[in-house]
Amino acid sequence: MDRLLIRRKAVNAVMLGLTGLCALIAVGVLVFIVGYLFYSGGSSLNWNFFTKLPTPVGESGGGMANAILGSAKVLLLASLIGVPIGFLGGVYLAEFGGTTFPFVVRYMTDLLNGVPSIVIGIFAFTLIVLPQKHFSTLAGGMALGLMMIPISLRSTEEFLRAVPVSMREGAMALGATKTRAIVTVVVPAAMQGIVTGIMLNLARVAGETAPLLFTSFGNRFWSPGWGQPTATLPVMIFTYAIAPYEDWHRQAWSAGFVLLSLVFAVNVIARLALSRGGHQRR
Amino acid sequence: MSTNVSTLQNLAIDMQKGVPMKPAAETSAKLVTTDLNFYYGKFKALHGISLSVPTGAVTALIGPSGCGKSTFLRTLNRMYETVPLTRAEGAILLDNEDLFAIELSALRRRVGMVFQRSNPFPKSIFDNVAYGLRVNGFANKATLQESVEQSLRRAALWDEVKDKLHESAYSLSGGQQQRLCIARALAVNPEALLLDEPCSALDPIATAKIEELILHLKRTCTIVIVTHNMQQAARVADYTGFFLLGKLIEFNATKIIFQTPAQKETEDYVTGRFG
Ligand SMILES: Nc1ncnc2c1ncn2[C@@H]1O[C@H](COP(=O)(O)OP(=O)(O)O)[C@@H](O)[C@H]1O
Ligand SMILES: [Mg+2]
Repeated sequence: MDRLLIRRKAVNAVMLGLTGLCALIAVGVLVFIVGYLFYSGGSSLNWNFFTKLPTPVGESGGGMANAILGSAKVLLLASLIGVPIGFLGGVYLAEFGGTTFPFVVRYMTDLLNGVPSIVIGIFAFTLIVLPQKHFSTLAGGMALGLMMIPISLRSTEEFLRAVPVSMREGAMALGATKTRAIVTVVVPAAMQGIVTGIMLNLARVAGETAPLLFTSFGNRFWSPGWGQPTATLPVMIFTYAIAPYEDWHRQAWSAGFVLLSLVFAVNVIARLALSRGGHQRR
Repeated sequence: MSTNVSTLQNLAIDMQKGVPMKPAAETSAKLVTTDLNFYYGKFKALHGISLSVPTGAVTALIGPSGCGKSTFLRTLNRMYETVPLTRAEGAILLDNEDLFAIELSALRRRVGMVFQRSNPFPKSIFDNVAYGLRVNGFANKATLQESVEQSLRRAALWDEVKDKLHESAYSLSGGQQQRLCIARALAVNPEALLLDEPCSALDPIATAKIEELILHLKRTCTIVIVTHNMQQAARVADYTGFFLLGKLIEFNATKIIFQTPAQKETEDYVTGRFG
């Protein structure tokens, strides 16, 4: 009896320690990355970094304003493609799809999700860059947008399916049509999850470099409109990190830090906006 | 209580198939089912149910779990149609009108439903109650305000929520949420209200409030309540139907069902000798 109790307590302590340790490691990695980024790139972080164009090699100072704006534009385009298609497709799969068709679509999107990002880049390259004969913001946005579709579709579907049947029935019992119930009750109930899914998705593609290398390419100057090559933060990091200049390395770290902060900021803002307006189940 | 003893004794206990079991005399019927069969795919869940629900009274449906009470209830507003591969056979009349010929949203407005687990929408208290009105096209702001208040009063919830109408419905307690769902159903002024074990997730105090509410409501609204709690049926219901394995074994005034049931199965069940 006593021995059993001691054994049980020991197992409990070990398991508790183990899970705690793993959680600590996970958080630790994040803290380490952010800390290291700031430590290595913090010195180059100043007002110029956000407002100035890159300077020619050897000239110190300058910034990455064009890359920050370029990334924002590419991500905006990507969201305009990836979010509506993923969201509406997810609604269809969860609510109207029957059984066979969703199975096929789900399988295909899982495959698409597994396609290496560089292959998606080649696809956008062939589809847009080759016919137009030049790199562009559009091509970069297209590549990242395609990458967003599978995850926004699947996460929308999963969160809609998680809404209890009783919620739909409640709406229909009041005379709402199925479509109306979906629009006014089911989607709002799943909204927090759906937006979180989209945010994570956006954060993931925000750091993609490979598909941008031969779609949006890069640019040392501003890129007006959507039809010209543009600098983006990940490609900038890549270019600066492999260059043989000390100053560029520091700027690459700063760019990494900025990229992470921007993703984080968008995430926090979206969640705040949601919790302000929403009435979520607890 | 309008039903006097002589009416109770006049109740026809006609066990013959096809003839609705109903109180014979003065009472009119809000809902009448005749030889109603129901199928989930190939599984036959209801066998020839003939029952009439008296107007302006509380009718309780009792019986062991899985005997088809919810299934029967969900035929009365055709809620089963949301479940694929289901089929109902037979006739149902709502105020002598073929229920299957009534346009669905009109039917659902006339016959409201409250579910076992309270299911408020992720909206404010006000928007929850206003939902049915908006769906049915009553969007006038002043009328909305008025009917929301009236419905919350009818559901005995107004005093508790009048200062926080625009807070989330999830800020309410379980019992309040269930009364909110009742208010929501009442907002469209249904003629009948179907309650599927509305108290099964509530504590005794919240349950007592809802029972009291039911007794008030029946003056304006015919009520059918499914319950696994026989004391509850005895407390609130004027009439009680006993279901077993998809069949309606007996339907009569509550007193008769609990004191002098005609069928052996009913007696076994209400005296707790069942199974
Ligand atoms: N959606 C469904 N699909 C298939 N069978 C069902 C479904 N819902 C209920 N049933 C079956 O129908 C019978 C009656 O169920 P139900 O009406 O829920 O019983 P009760 O409400 O009396 O507990 C049960 O045998 C149950 O298994
Ligand atoms: Mg049930």
